[in-house]
Amino acid sequence: MTTPTNASGASASSSARYLLRGASLLGRERVDLLVEDGRIAQVGSIAGAPGATVVDAEGLVALPGLVDVHTHLREPGREDAETVETGSRAAALGGYTAVHAMANSSPVADTAGVVEQVHSLGRRAGWVDVRPVGAVTVGLAGEQLAEIGAMASSAAQVRMFSDDGMCVHDPVLMRRALEYVKAFDGVVAQHAQEPRLTAGAQMNEGVVSAVLGLPGWPAVAEESIIARDVLLAQHVGSRLHVCHVSTAGSVEIIRWAKSRGISVTAEVTPHHLWLTDELVRSYDPVYKVNPPLRTQEDVEALREALADGTIDVVGTDHAPHPSEHKECEWAQAAMGMTGLETALSVVQHTMVESGLMDWARVAEAMSVVPSKIGRVADQGRPLAEGEAANITLVDPSARWTVDPSRQATKGRNSPFVGRELPGRVVATFFRGHPTVLDGALNAPHPQAAPVVAQ
Amino acid sequence: MKHLLSTRDLTPGDAIGILDTAEEMAAVNDREVRKLPALRGRTVVNLFFEDSTRTRISFEAAAKRLSADVINFAAKGSSVSKGESLKDTAQTLEAIGADAVVIRHSAAGAPHRLAVTDWIQAAVVNAGDGTHEHPTQALLDAFTLRRHLARVAGTPSAGADLAGAHVVIVGDILHSRVARSNVWLLTTLGARVTLVAPPTLLPIGVEHWPCAVSYDLDAALDQAPDAVMMLRVQAERMNASYFPSTAEYSRLWGLGDERFDRFDTPAFKDTVILHPGPMVRGLEISSTAADSDRSQVLRQVANGVSVRMAVLYLLMSAKESAR
Repeated sequence: MTTPTNASGASASSSARYLLRGASLLGRERVDLLVEDGRIAQVGSIAGAPGATVVDAEGLVALPGLVDVHTHLREPGREDAETVETGSRAAALGGYTAVHAMANSSPVADTAGVVEQVHSLGRRAGWVDVRPVGAVTVGLAGEQLAEIGAMASSAAQVRMFSDDGMCVHDPVLMRRALEYVKAFDGVVAQHAQEPRLTAGAQMNEGVVSAVLGLPGWPAVAEESIIARDVLLAQHVGSRLHVCHVSTAGSVEIIRWAKSRGISVTAEVTPHHLWLTDELVRSYDPVYKVNPPLRTQEDVEALREALADGTIDVVGTDHAPHPSEHKECEWAQAAMGMTGLETALSVVQHTMVESGLMDWARVAEAMSVVPSKIGRVADQGRPLAEGEAANITLVDPSARWTVDPSRQATKGRNSPFVGRELPGRVVATFFRGHPTVLDGALNAPHPQAAPVVAQ
Repeated sequence: MKHLLSTRDLTPGDAIGILDTAEEMAAVNDREVRKLPALRGRTVVNLFFEDSTRTRISFEAAAKRLSADVINFAAKGSSVSKGESLKDTAQTLEAIGADAVVIRHSAAGAPHRLAVTDWIQAAVVNAGDGTHEHPTQALLDAFTLRRHLARVAGTPSAGADLAGAHVVIVGDILHSRVARSNVWLLTTLGARVTLVAPPTLLPIGVEHWPCAVSYDLDAALDQAPDAVMMLRVQAERMNASYFPSTAEYSRLWGLGDERFDRFDTPAFKDTVILHPGPMVRGLEISSTAADSDRSQVLRQVANGVSVRMAVLYLLMSAKESAR
């Protein structure tokens, strides 16, 4: 790889050297990391590195840069909610070096033109790799396959396809999509929601919905689609990814599918690892999300499944909304929660501090496996010599209180508002460049590196 | 008590206090001049996002008999129908100087949002929100039942609860805010409640409610309850497969003439029939039953004014003392 230089011929700052001193590698051994020319030049005990900027990483955990499989950046179309620029700033602050931008923009990302637009907006922003997700069907309408091949071979090199927000509910269309993406090493990421069982649904159907009088979103509407889809994936020999798994029953089905050797991966959101439908008693739409918050029993099953690998990855489902879409009646409110800037802290709280996972498993679930699912080159790699320098440094002993008005995302709809969370992202290195330093945004990558599929 | 949002929030003491105050208000309603100066100079806004002439005029009569100024704000024909948000509407009412807002809304929890946000400081009365609650309806039902039981026992109703009473509530429990409010309130007051409905019209989770549940109306009636409350059933539910036909619904869960004939036994001597209205005659209740002297329907309407006077008086005078 050649050293990138900018147009003036001066050395771009990505070619600057950084010495990360005393980091705890995946929460284990204490090492120094030398970052040079966008790569990790050396790992170990490093006496000195002339000219290098020293970053004191004493007491910080070094993780591979986080990769989100499920982000809503809202651009094009809803720039009042979020833009690629603001969303990817939020991602960097959350420790991410790559995000997958879901297709439900306006226009929908169902053509090569739209995915290339999002891709180029991401490169121009320069905070993270923005990997566009292509729609499975035209307009997310669930009727006709979108031009998956054109999106796959576009400059955006799309590998993940999803109608997220809508379920590909027609079984024949889902079968065809699963088959078709095989030609491009793609994966179908399914939003599992049987539409007829969830018409008008407002919250988890159960004890709380009975009291609140809000139409229920039954667990079976998710589980029946997942059961169908894993059988379809087995039948046609395709890769299936299940978005935002939310119920204990879904976990059982995925566990069964994996035991049969079916190629399925599953995702859980930070909010489903912690929050329950008891919060809906407030009727505060900040707790309105799809799939809905479930019960404590579901939360515990999801945590266990993430710990034992039944659920592969944490995806934020970061879904910013303008305040007027949340400051209203529950039924009128938009569904979704922000998550990029709180995800790692919530995972630390729910999974690490509870003793269910160590930092190595966090790296698997938030970087290594997500980049494999999305086929993202140079992401989710080991922190070893010669690898691209995508590194997140987190201070696990820090404590902070969530204040949405101070976040980089435009969305103020964090369900964790007012909660004290553990763990703070101190620095994020994106291809050798610190997008975040001292817990604050630094600068975007001076020269976006090529983003290609593996 | 600052707001009345749900009967679940009421202690037995709160509930009896409201019913006792309603007794005093009922005495006013029996006088030649049906008016008290209690809320003179105060403003009550009836904020109705859903059509409901019955409930709206009941609240209007209640507020006027307490000498309050009443503003009726119907969403239709107002800026709300042009897309104004609940927040902006609430802030407008705050700026106008509303002391209490009586809100009817199709969205469950809308009164709750008004009460807990800083959009408006007024006392909030839930006049029915979606399929959540309708607390003043439950209070007037409890008031009607308490008076009936006192009359039968020959004791005063003031200060009494409903201990020992058995109420059977029949119909579309799933979509009924009246049923929810009644289950919480009647049981808080010591009554025993049995819900009767086809399984499709009972919410998942009803087994956690403090009441019995049955699919069999005749078996429930075998217990000779003190009151049978028939809920309105919308014929359109048939189209969503909640039941196969109105004829089958009437046969199994309606209070038709044949079933009503069972009341002609000593065990049913003091059993009354309640209905929150509007009735669908011939579907959930026959005209014979609806027009019988067991029917409390018109007493319920009259008592509704007394109960709503009590609620407005208690909320707005409490607000006064808090200032």
